[in-house]
Amino acid sequence: MTRGKVAGIIANLVFVEVDGPVHQNEICYIKLGEIKLMAEIIKVMGTQAYVQVFESTRGLKINDTVEFTGHMLEVTLGPGILSKNFDGLQNDLDKMEGVFLKRGEQTNPLEDDKLWEFKPLAKPGDVVIAGSWLGEVKENWMPHKIMVPFKFDGKFTVKSVTAEGNYKINDTIAVVTDANGKDINITMVQKWPVKIPIKAYKEKPRPFKLLETGVRVIDTLNPIAEGGTGFIPGPFGTGKTVLQHAISKQAEADMIIVAACGERANEVVEIFTEFPELDDPRTGRKLMERTTIIANTSNMPVAAREASVYTAMTLGEYYRAMGLKVLMLADSTSRWAQALREMSNRMEELPGQDAFPMDLPAIISNFYSRAGFVYLNNGASGSITFIGTVSPAGGNLKEPVTESTKKAARCFYALSQQRADSKRYPAIDPLDSYSKYAEYPEVIEYFVKNIEPEWPQKITLARDILIRGREVAEQINILGDDGVPIEYHERFWKAEVIDFVILQQDAFDKIDASCPMERQKYMLTSVLNIYKTKFSFETFDEVSSYFKRIINQMKQMNYSEFDSEKFIKNEKELNTIIDERKTA
Amino acid sequence: METKAFQKIYTKISQITKATCSLKATNIGYEEMAIVHGRLAQVVKIVGENVTLQIFSGTEGIPTNAEVIFLGHPPVLKVSDELSGRFFNAYGEPIDGGPVIDGEERQIGGPSVNPVRRKQPSEFIPTGIAGIDLNNALVTGQKIPFFADPDQPFNQVMAMVALRADADKIILGGMGLTNDDYLYYKNVFDNAGALDRIISFVNTTENPPVERLLVPDMALTAAEYFAVDKNQKVLVLLTDMTLYADALSIVSNRMDQIPSKDSMPGSLYSDLAKIYEKAVQFPDGGSITIIAVTTLSGGDITHAIPDNTGYITEGQLFLRKDTDIGKVIVDPFRSLSRLKQLVIGKKTRADHPQVMNAAIRLYADAANAKTKLENGFDLTDYDERTLHFAKDYSEKLLAIDVNIEVDKMLSTTWDLFNIHFKPAEVGIKQEFVDKYWPKN
Repeated sequence: MTRGKVAGIIANLVFVEVDGPVHQNEICYIKLGEIKLMAEIIKVMGTQAYVQVFESTRGLKINDTVEFTGHMLEVTLGPGILSKNFDGLQNDLDKMEGVFLKRGEQTNPLEDDKLWEFKPLAKPGDVVIAGSWLGEVKENWMPHKIMVPFKFDGKFTVKSVTAEGNYKINDTIAVVTDANGKDINITMVQKWPVKIPIKAYKEKPRPFKLLETGVRVIDTLNPIAEGGTGFIPGPFGTGKTVLQHAISKQAEADMIIVAACGERANEVVEIFTEFPELDDPRTGRKLMERTTIIANTSNMPVAAREASVYTAMTLGEYYRAMGLKVLMLADSTSRWAQALREMSNRMEELPGQDAFPMDLPAIISNFYSRAGFVYLNNGASGSITFIGTVSPAGGNLKEPVTESTKKAARCFYALSQQRADSKRYPAIDPLDSYSKYAEYPEVIEYFVKNIEPEWPQKITLARDILIRGREVAEQINILGDDGVPIEYHERFWKAEVIDFVILQQDAFDKIDASCPMERQKYMLTSVLNIYKTKFSFETFDEVSSYFKRIINQMKQMNYSEFDSEKFIKNEKELNTIIDERKTA
Repeated sequence: METKAFQKIYTKISQITKATCSLKATNIGYEEMAIVHGRLAQVVKIVGENVTLQIFSGTEGIPTNAEVIFLGHPPVLKVSDELSGRFFNAYGEPIDGGPVIDGEERQIGGPSVNPVRRKQPSEFIPTGIAGIDLNNALVTGQKIPFFADPDQPFNQVMAMVALRADADKIILGGMGLTNDDYLYYKNVFDNAGALDRIISFVNTTENPPVERLLVPDMALTAAEYFAVDKNQKVLVLLTDMTLYADALSIVSNRMDQIPSKDSMPGSLYSDLAKIYEKAVQFPDGGSITIIAVTTLSGGDITHAIPDNTGYITEGQLFLRKDTDIGKVIVDPFRSLSRLKQLVIGKKTRADHPQVMNAAIRLYADAANAKTKLENGFDLTDYDERTLHFAKDYSEKLLAIDVNIEVDKMLSTTWDLFNIHFKPAEVGIKQEFVDKYWPKN
């Protein structure tokens, strides 16, 4: 292996004089006394490699020795990833000792000694390729497929598969023969470089299924498709993280990967604390059983931030290849872009806008393109739905990270400061936000078949009501309450009903926090019926107080269990209120 | 920091800039401390034999043949119980005339806490100020700044919060503090008889600005000693973080780095996060809570310093002068404590979250009514009532001179609801209305 010596240090950028061949993005270890600091080559000039060190370089000296590994940054894939808390480089955080992180400490992401109940899926004579399923083990409640390693090129014939039984991850579970007749042993673990997408699938069609998130303003008005991409930009304090957490708790996915990338440590702690307690509404198991967390919080080494999102995506691709529905969340991709900026700055590259590197848009769209719905080679399907948050500097959506992401992601959930200020949570602006998927013919067809035939029209109507509500609100502001006809007030308040009952949702209320599609359909139909009802009013004063009662009543419905006694009672009271002023 | 025998002394400086000097030296560790011409300096760049040192107090008057001695270690602070009640400069040297501290040497700016070892903050810190306790409850292990214009009384409010909060140690990190404010803090702490639980690291406007960069790390190293070794509840006050960030930009500028937004270094977010993320609830009961001050220019929160801070901290507190009542209030719209959900309605009464939200919503309606009034429109009866409510709410709850218990804050709010509104207008869960709506 190539070796080197430290020749220069500027913060976490280190120049290494090398004695042999190295390759771009190769991983190396710098010896600092007893410990080894992990680093990645990001530039080579003559015999000097520029490496970014994933940890603090305090105390490093000129001529300290460096060992190169010959491979890029890789993750270890195998059973045991679920429920884990990893750092950005896939070290198992729970295995680290002490309260404080120690420099240079590396831990095994999986358990070498744990026994897994293996069931063969392939049989001798089967022709297999990279990603083919050879067998499966139960990981928590999920069938975890043991696959032909993704690095395998070409066709192989299965020579033998072990019998059903308990095995460790490094035991050979199958032997395959390559085209030259050479036998290769396969275990339950494999490695894969994070920067390279795993392509073990047949085709990647356009997403066409709805992915339920339980958040009304998303599912009803701006739906995201399974295998789709979305992003949530918003100034601080508008509820990005609360929204992401809500989605992760309720979304109907088999597996959730949360990449906490350069954000607050206490937010990750919230997941650590709550997820092991919370029930997964669909399986009745604990949420943590289907969740993996990649934590690189803002005070953890900056260089590992970039690695953390790639690590998370690669884990997602691994589970997608098993035919599972993966939901991946990254909070926040801006921090990752900032990490790129810090390094580009230290390398004295010519800066682009706001000092970000010039290739930022390409890096971002490349990353988003790794999500998607796929048909595997055996006909099964799997998906990665990706939602990233963006933290625009100063809340300005014209900054480079937001703009680059807008080009890559298909759903845009704009968090509005104004809505946040008036505590209308989730603060997603219903009109500025969009979902390109809602326009896909295959998605519309899905709605018609699976929700109800009128659903697409209902969504359009709800949007129109909101737009008209906003228009009259402006007119009332300009002309005054008594400067407009009473029906303007009615129109405004009918839009407010949608706002309060459908758009707003209490993420901290046990029942309201998650709203299944069936219930969303029911509530939207109810508010649209109110919209279609004609009421009589004498003065505009009556309008606001009347609709406030309606809103209050419907909110009580949102707080009650669907179809429960309380719910029905509240609905009855609602109907009484409606009858008071109903004319047609 | 003294020199030892047989230390190598360099006397050939090859380059001097306003903040740095460079020389040829070998076997030097990155971030190592040095003494240049009697001044403290730190290694910031090594390329081959060329070592660049950042001189904290500036390079004025440094000759090319100045004596340079490397100390062989990064900046350290001696920690022990003797720290209590003492005042130090940015280097951790006493400035109160007392003896030098004896204790274990610890490197400042040490490693971060493993996120899986953190505990979720869950202990409510009552301050008696309703604008904080009712609407923006603080929690141990939280980090939160005051966003304030320089003319607002943030230092007074912060001192008040510090003394009322139930903390074992209060550590003040003063950066670019005016001498008057420094004396103010000293007096307040003295008069409250709390000096023995207070430790101060102070860099005043009279000291060189770059020295400030050491203050937060010094303060937090001391905080970690008390929170980890002694399992104490530590409250760290950092004022003013804007001046800290300014010092960062001075250094990065002199190191020829490309500035990003508002001429701040591209690493501003990480630099600030490293400090604020030291706020933590440890598993053994100790905790570090950080309350900071970030001064704004003309209330502009889109500037890089408050903007990056807002993304790091768990909320922010805004002060505002309410001309209707002639007092300073905690602005309920722009202030936010992100961790309040962990304690309100759990450590406080169950109706707390809903009462808080309802009151703020009505206060927002009052703001709309006010705009209507200013634009010359007639007000409805409801508008009139919200305006009256807003005035009472401001006076009895939001003003910073309020000092009552949380239960009293809640009952006061219910009283105000009752005076001005009907239950349906308030929009609170029926069970709470039944239980708490005052029965006349």
